Amino acid sequence: MRRALLTILAALLLAGGLGPAAVPAFAAPPRATLDDLEDEVMCDTCNVPLNIADSPRADQEREEIRDLIAQGLTKDEIKARLRDRYGPQILALPPSDGFSLAAYLVPVAVAVALVALLLALLPRWRRRAPGAAAGGVAGGAPLPDLSPADAARLDEDLARWDRGRR
Amino acid sequence: MKRNGVPIVAAVLALALVALLVYGVVARRDDTSLDDQVKRGARPPAPGLGVALPALEGPGRQRLADLKGRVVVLNFWASWCGPCQREAPALERAQKRLERSGGTVVGVTYKDYPKRSREFVRRYGVSYPTLQDAKLELAPKFGTNKLPETFVLDRRGRVVAISRGEVSPAFLDRAIARADRAEDAA
Repeated sequence: MRRALLTILAALLLAGGLGPAAVPAFAAPPRATLDDLEDEVMCDTCNVPLNIADSPRADQEREEIRDLIAQGLTKDEIKARLRDRYGPQILALPPSDGFSLAAYLVPVAVAVALVALLLALLPRWRRRAPGAAAGGVAGGAPLPDLSPADAARLDEDLARWDRGRR
Repeated sequence: MKRNGVPIVAAVLALALVALLVYGVVARRDDTSLDDQVKRGARPPAPGLGVALPALEGPGRQRLADLKGRVVVLNFWASWCGPCQREAPALERAQKRLERSGGTVVGVTYKDYPKRSREFVRRYGVSYPTLQDAKLELAPKFGTNKLPETFVLDRRGRVVAISRGEVSPAFLDRAIARADRAEDAA
């Protein structure tokens, strides 16, 4: 009994000693990399994402990000630091206020308008379709009546075309 | 007769899109109103006098309004800008000259990594105060979106000369003299 109690106590002490130290090590976010950040940060003088920017300012931004990575900051912390220093325009995702809100609203509005347009026009197209079929060919023009001679010539041409295919 | 509202809605949406595009283009156009006034010989009040920018070295913020009563050569620059490096000696000479009459050059960094800005200041022996405009709180008010650009302000905080591009010693001499003379101008 005494041995069992001592074992439990030792296990608790071990868990107490290792636990807090071990948890942050497992929960630590992955180390930020320049590759991972480059497409989420803008070159603020060239107005393109950093991963496709080639300018002295872009090189300087890459250097700044490398310095922040070296300080041990996470990806989110680096983005927050850049936003604090240079403003929200430094991030590739446009801010969701002011005129920039249009970047989010316009595509939604266009999509809704297109769906509405389709919903309004589809019934009309479906109503027209049977009428066109009744008229004959897709264009709606009725076929002319063939004379017996023309019909014979057409049959002959079709037969020749069939033979040519074989 | 029953009328279908779809074409009207589509037209309204199309017009709204065109209006949005036009606004986007117009909003991004260079603002030349300050240049036009200076070209006409007017001395418009400098914009953004109350904007407080952080100093590059040390704590604290400074506003152009704090410099009223002194001739100011306001220079927007960045360490990554080649012409800014070439014009640095001319601005430092202007600072030496202005110091004697109580004036000053004020450098304002534009989208620049402070570590590199400080290196620039050391390399070119910049002795005048330098402020940081990383968030572009001041530069757009002067219509600045390219570098370098220089504005000369008289003692009343009015713009008397503008140089968009690399500044020349001759421009600085003329502009500072004009700012000194601007005292009596309307």
